[in-house]
Amino acid sequence: MNFINTLFPLGLQHYLLGGLTIGAGVALLYLFNGWVGGMSSVFSSSWSWVSKRTFFQQARFVDTRSWRLIYALGVVLGALVWRFTLAAGETQHTSVPVWQLLVGGFLVGYGARLGNGCTSGHGICGLGSLQLPSLGAVLTFMATAFLTANLMAWSLA
Amino acid sequence: MNILNPNTLNLPKALVTLIAGALFGFGLSLATMVQPEVVLSFLRFEDWGLMLVMGGAAGLSLVAYKGFPHWLSRPLLGGKFLTQPAIWNRQTVIGSAIFGVGWGLSGVCPGPAIAALGTGNTDILWALGGIVMGGLAHGLTAQE
Repeated sequence: MNFINTLFPLGLQHYLLGGLTIGAGVALLYLFNGWVGGMSSVFSSSWSWVSKRTFFQQARFVDTRSWRLIYALGVVLGALVWRFTLAAGETQHTSVPVWQLLVGGFLVGYGARLGNGCTSGHGICGLGSLQLPSLGAVLTFMATAFLTANLMAWSLA
Repeated sequence: MNILNPNTLNLPKALVTLIAGALFGFGLSLATMVQPEVVLSFLRFEDWGLMLVMGGAAGLSLVAYKGFPHWLSRPLLGGKFLTQPAIWNRQTVIGSAIFGVGWGLSGVCPGPAIAALGTGNTDILWALGGIVMGGLAHGLTAQE
């Protein structure tokens, strides 16, 4: 019991239930539509409406841009439902400084698109379809994220 | 886009996509992955919850990706069970490494950044803006 409390000081039920709910969404999209629902592709496919550049005009973005945007809209909707049910309408805040959010976000967007996947694309869909390159990608971004987060914590301590 | 394209969107498929996304966004929120502080506490080895989130989600996805094409000849609303093969090359390694640095800096990844529009965590919109611009910068500099 103590071991579990050390690993999961905030409890583990909400993590498991949340993860299974995410998985149910991914499974539903596959069962009914046959589509693989990673999240970061929408940040390339949506630009195909704006930019005529050949990179954005690839079939894999143009053919999927509508459903990817609807999928993202669904994520917003699900978060809204959570906010007005379980979170009782409370407004959320974060204490992470703006520059870290902005610079970190930029690197997340650039890196996820260069590496063809993020925590959901490689971490959930890629691992879920047992793809070794995705395991490599997950281990790579976990390693650099561990390093960065700990360096930031030490430098501020 | 023609009728034979497995990515063709119709109203039933759009509804399923919206519901699937909603489950995704609700799950992320329930698992507190929409709070950068929780993600950063995982990255600092203080709380291993993120492993349960990714494990639970990947576990169910495994059943879906391996099971459905085995049990059914096509998706329930027609089309084709698509696959998205991951490739191991320089770009995957460098891209993932850069992604990790950004993730460790902000505690935000693409799903939670989108969900912030629903949770009302307006601070995170800075990260969402960064991701949108990062996606553009990648596409503009990508080698064809």
